[in-house]
Amino acid sequence: MDDLLEELQSIFRDILDQPDLVLARSSNANNVEDWDSLAHINLVTAIEKRYKIKFALGELQELKDVGDMMDLIQAKLAAQ
Amino acid sequence: MNLDAYSIDDLLLKRKSLRRQLSVADGLQPVRIAVLGGSTTNEVVDLLEPHLLADGFLPTFYQSEYGRFYEDAVLDPSGLIGFAPDIVYIHTSYLNVLKAPPAHCAESELQGYIDAEAGRYREIWKSLQENLSAHIIQNNFESPAVAILGNMDAVSSGGASRFFLELNTEFARAAASDPRLLLQDIHGISARIGLAHWFDWDRYFSYKILLTVEANLAVARSLASIVRAIYGKSRKVLVLDLDNTLWGGVIGDDGVDKIQIGRETPVAEAYTAFQEYCLALQKRGVLLAVCSKNDEGIAKQGFEHPDSILKLEHISCFKANGEPKPENILAIAEELNLGVDSFVFVDDNPAERAIVEAQIGGIAVPCIGKEVSRYAAIIETGRYFEPVSMSQEDLSRAGLYQANAARATLEARFASYGEYLDSLEMSAEIARFKPIYLERIAQLTNKTNQFNLTTRRYTLAEMEALARDEHVIGLYGKLSDRFGDNGLISIVLGRREGEVLHLDLWLMSCRVLKRDMELAMLDAVAREARAAGIRTLMGYYMPTKKNGMVADHYDKLGFEPISVDANSKESVWKLDISGYESRNRHIKVLESVHG
Repeated sequence: MDDLLEELQSIFRDILDQPDLVLARSSNANNVEDWDSLAHINLVTAIEKRYKIKFALGELQELKDVGDMMDLIQAKLAAQ
Repeated sequence: MNLDAYSIDDLLLKRKSLRRQLSVADGLQPVRIAVLGGSTTNEVVDLLEPHLLADGFLPTFYQSEYGRFYEDAVLDPSGLIGFAPDIVYIHTSYLNVLKAPPAHCAESELQGYIDAEAGRYREIWKSLQENLSAHIIQNNFESPAVAILGNMDAVSSGGASRFFLELNTEFARAAASDPRLLLQDIHGISARIGLAHWFDWDRYFSYKILLTVEANLAVARSLASIVRAIYGKSRKVLVLDLDNTLWGGVIGDDGVDKIQIGRETPVAEAYTAFQEYCLALQKRGVLLAVCSKNDEGIAKQGFEHPDSILKLEHISCFKANGEPKPENILAIAEELNLGVDSFVFVDDNPAERAIVEAQIGGIAVPCIGKEVSRYAAIIETGRYFEPVSMSQEDLSRAGLYQANAARATLEARFASYGEYLDSLEMSAEIARFKPIYLERIAQLTNKTNQFNLTTRRYTLAEMEALARDEHVIGLYGKLSDRFGDNGLISIVLGRREGEVLHLDLWLMSCRVLKRDMELAMLDAVAREARAAGIRTLMGYYMPTKKNGMVADHYDKLGFEPISVDANSKESVWKLDISGYESRNRHIKVLESVHG
């Protein structure tokens, strides 16, 4: 499993309090239980803090699933 | 559990599992908190919850839709009324002001803008007070994020900075004159963090969360300390190590003339400043105790050093010996008659901190590090000693406990205990509840654990309602003696049903144990009850981990045992008062109980 995906899975498990959650690139708010708008804010805040990155306004609206999110995180880390 | 050890990232990540772990603890006190926000408040609530759980509360929350704080409080309070909160927190920011003065506002017009905005909040507070029995926590305002007029922003009548300074003063006046309105000083909290780390504009534009995670954590910590204070759970005692904590160096090795204190070196200045901080706490009612691995005689020399700010008279309990610190701390708790959960322990030695934290449940042990110049700031971060009001009681408490020590010396010199009691020249004031004492009365119900027959807790709002209830007989007792005024130290609360008075509450501060004050209280209850046509007193003892000392309270007062619950061990007692005769022999009761 991809390192980044594994790390994100751990963050998602904590924030959503689902210790057995299995995350895939295709996971999105529709197929992950309890990934609602409030959880989304908490997830984004936790990811920003974990990787010391900041998503620009509007960047997040364009993401359709975890795979897109991973690509964005990797692009930001590479640009640092 | 000490949440201070969690990083902010872990707090966010582990919030839900923390809640699961913490909420299974026994004896958590339920508290219902409504949060009315001018911005999205979920994160501050998420961070507040684990702190309250760690402090022994079981919180339930209600949150308004963001920005609807005025509507929810004033126009349609039905949701709030249905929720029946114990506490309402109004979390607003400078962005929520309806009408700030324009840049060209004339000096003569400024007050009108202040009155209009303050008036809107007064409407909110009034509506909440009329519709709910809740404490209200209102934050004041941070400085605006931008100063359009530069430095003149704080000067000009059209400056936003000036407007919020004056509005904050209005809020302070309102809170100072209303014990149910508590102010959260966000102006101070945001300044300590720094406005650059306070606002989070990306999250505001995206989700209407105005503050950074760090800022929300500071707000949550401060809120938790206010809640603790409302329920009388603020800490009361600062236990201090000596060498390299109160002065630099080791007095036993270096000698009193070599320890670092005074103004001669930067290090000595820093220790002096820390002693000044401790003294300031002592002057406002926090008790100071010493716990040091030292020879007592040598340790005390440190306080006779001419530059020492702290003198022996400021220390309520002094333990310097070779015993392990946890044992000394338990001994301090016993001598001061206070629970270790009201203690904060300060020691530069991490090993001592670790053993104390591990062995003494409930004590706070801030990690003060090794730099004396940081000690005070680190202790401040814990907000351990938060008061909700400054009563005369708090200010003179340190004096009271020292007078207790003098009484103990006297006790040893008398032939009989009655003779000793007479020598104390005690006088009591016992009367029906009075409005000016309700705050202290509610406070006592929340912090008295040992001499407390039923351990029922009451908020100020509930106590106000009881004081108005004609079926309730509530009596307070104050006790003075030749060493000083002990203040308001006993409460008995009876609920009338026909010719029976059920004693729902009987408590007394442990600082007046064995003074026959309970006899004087019983005399007063019996007299008041008989005057109201009551023939029988029913007493109840509900055992807890802490109130074993009053298991035989009603037995000693001559009540007849009626029943004991096989499971809870709660016992019921009865006293016929139709032929009651006064029992108190040693206390002069000053006022008639028909006050």
